[in-house]
Amino acid sequence: MNFEFSDEQQQLHDSVDRYLTQQYSFDKFRAIRASDAGWDQGMWRGLAELGVLAVNVPAEQGGLGFGPLETLAMMGSCGRSLVLEPVLSSAVIATATLKPFSADAAAAALLGKLAGGERIAVLAHFERDSRFEPQWVAGRARRSGDDYVLDGHKAVVMHAPAADVLLVSARTAGEPGDAAGVSLFRVPRDAPGVTLDAYPTMDGQRAADVHLRGVKVPAANLLGVEGAALPAIEAGLDLGLAALCAEAVGVMQALVDATVQYVQTRRQFGQPIGQFQALQHRIADMVIQLEQARSMSYLAALRCGDENMMERRKALSAAKAVVGNAARLIGQQAVQLHGGMGMTDELIVSHWFKRLTAADLMFGDRDAHLQRFAALTR
Amino acid sequence: MQLEFTPEEQAFREEVRAFVREQLPQSISAKVLNGYDLSREDHISWQRRLYERGWGAQGWPKQFGGPGWNAVQQYIFEEESALAGGPRLIPFGTKMVGPVIMAFGNAAQQQRFLPKILSGEEWWCQGYSEPGAGSDLASLKTRAVREGDDYLVNGQKTWNTLGQYADWMFCLVRTDAAAKPQSGISFLLIDMKSPGITVRPITLLDGSQEVNEIWFENVRVPVQNRIGDENKGWTYAKFLLGHERANIAGVGIAKRELRRLKDIARQERKDGRPLIEDPLFAANVAEVEIDLWALEITNLRMLSAERSARAPGPEASILKIRGTEIAQCISELAMRAVGPYALPFRREAMEAGWQPPGPDYAATLTAAYLNQRKLSIFGGTNEIQKNIIAKMTVGL
Repeated sequence: MNFEFSDEQQQLHDSVDRYLTQQYSFDKFRAIRASDAGWDQGMWRGLAELGVLAVNVPAEQGGLGFGPLETLAMMGSCGRSLVLEPVLSSAVIATATLKPFSADAAAAALLGKLAGGERIAVLAHFERDSRFEPQWVAGRARRSGDDYVLDGHKAVVMHAPAADVLLVSARTAGEPGDAAGVSLFRVPRDAPGVTLDAYPTMDGQRAADVHLRGVKVPAANLLGVEGAALPAIEAGLDLGLAALCAEAVGVMQALVDATVQYVQTRRQFGQPIGQFQALQHRIADMVIQLEQARSMSYLAALRCGDENMMERRKALSAAKAVVGNAARLIGQQAVQLHGGMGMTDELIVSHWFKRLTAADLMFGDRDAHLQRFAALTR
Repeated sequence: MQLEFTPEEQAFREEVRAFVREQLPQSISAKVLNGYDLSREDHISWQRRLYERGWGAQGWPKQFGGPGWNAVQQYIFEEESALAGGPRLIPFGTKMVGPVIMAFGNAAQQQRFLPKILSGEEWWCQGYSEPGAGSDLASLKTRAVREGDDYLVNGQKTWNTLGQYADWMFCLVRTDAAAKPQSGISFLLIDMKSPGITVRPITLLDGSQEVNEIWFENVRVPVQNRIGDENKGWTYAKFLLGHERANIAGVGIAKRELRRLKDIARQERKDGRPLIEDPLFAANVAEVEIDLWALEITNLRMLSAERSARAPGPEASILKIRGTEIAQCISELAMRAVGPYALPFRREAMEAGWQPPGPDYAATLTAAYLNQRKLSIFGGTNEIQKNIIAKMTVGL
């Protein structure tokens, strides 16, 4: 039992942290957020040069061949700096989803390009009615000669507008809710029949609802065996959940630090407001929640690749429930303790708060994971 | 980073498990697992068995007769013991005054007191709180006035746990009324058979008598029973409070009680189905189970940091707050699980002396719930713990 990073993991953490501290100021964040694209090509190249985008790509495809712990090591700083680029969507989730298919030459080539930052891919999986249930795929793909034809509607696909390639799940057999019958396809974002209804999300990131209407892709774009893609999709989502937990903990730490500093300096009634016990106890509650969330972000990283699906889901649901709860409490209390300033767009506090609010809602909120955990443990 | 214990630690766990399986009498574990009261003899008998195995005081170094276990080993021991229904170890001798005597007592005191703590031959209690000195312990007023080779002690202590069983008390007394509150306190070891001591049990809300008021009327305590220097007692008391942290969260006991809660919720029915399948109840159980898991990992992180000798932060207070909140939540859910059968209440139930009208397991649940309210009050209230966390992080 130990909770230390290896030297290599620590180096990765330090280099990402240093780079983002120097390059990704709050002003930079605001400028990128206000831009048309909502993400920055130069920053993306910088992250590629640092190796951030190669962490989850196997060495055979030119990646670093790392895994969940290295992802954990780098995500906290991404959270703190409010990175708007699709690190989570492309370098973590899409990359981990593609990885099981690396025997497929085209998939392997794409992995290599993801590692270098030359391409961006995102997983387009959840639908209007699936909420957070990965098996709930209603969109269809049918074989037509040498092609597949895809029809469906993918809901709130993070960073879809930035993507070159969409990894689209579609049902080739069975009904929504069936684990079998879900297939996965590489679909160029600009393929005929693909339309994006793009919008920003509450935290300033970009997303889109993706509509597929008679989208024709060559049969070679099917990843792996027809109808058997769900395990790969879950591998991607599960690493994504662990990474999101780590990112959220980075945000929480930043918010706790900022709030502590604020109550030390803000004076009312002739003294720093941090001397008031009502506020001190809120800070203590935030610290307690932060440490529980940190513990569970470690658990998520350690178990997200577990081959025992029961243990894996238990751990991930427990982690997400704790992190989601801590995210809400710390975010809300940080705004409260900053008073009117916490309500402003001008202070980074409100942006951290919104990122935490989004983190609770993504991949299953606290209620969804409590329910799944209860079903797995009764 | 990894969660698994080392092979050595796992082997140690097996060793503890085998010992508990062989040595813990069924008569004792049945009481613990069903929530019945333990007698003085139950506690002493378990302490004797541990002592004979060389495990009388888990945290003590070998030179004083302990096994020299590190914090991780102590954690493993308490977890295994708790899960199997081992009694909660009475901390006053082995975990509290013992380490103080080792660190600050003289050789004669060490020889006189430590062996009998280890063997369970002498039962210790704590004389800290007073009617006017709770969270603000340093305001204590019990006086000790030097008279020849003795101190004459006068005053009153309260919330003294199991003093009715005790042979000795470690006691904070005021020896300098003129000094600042923290600077005028001395640390005395008092023979409970001394003339002038009156022990009166306090009946608690669950009908139990586990705490006492104690009066001292011209009680003679030999100066040789003072630990360390006169007026330095506060230093020793603080050392004591900071000493025992490996099991402050009570993870093992909470796991056992959660297991019991789920057993009960599987047997109770609601709408013709097991209660544990009721969505709202299941969500409540899931929530506390998840919180306990997070606490367990936080506890392991703390132990791991201690092993690598990092400076401790506010971890002990975090563990105390979360551990007590979780234990209270489990006891409340267990009471609520039996619905109306939480209402029938007889004190005899705690000694298995009552056949309840409902299921057997319902008999002790309400008393346990009531009793567990103490957890967030004793050992530094949870509000005081939050003050500590805030002081360490905000620093104002």
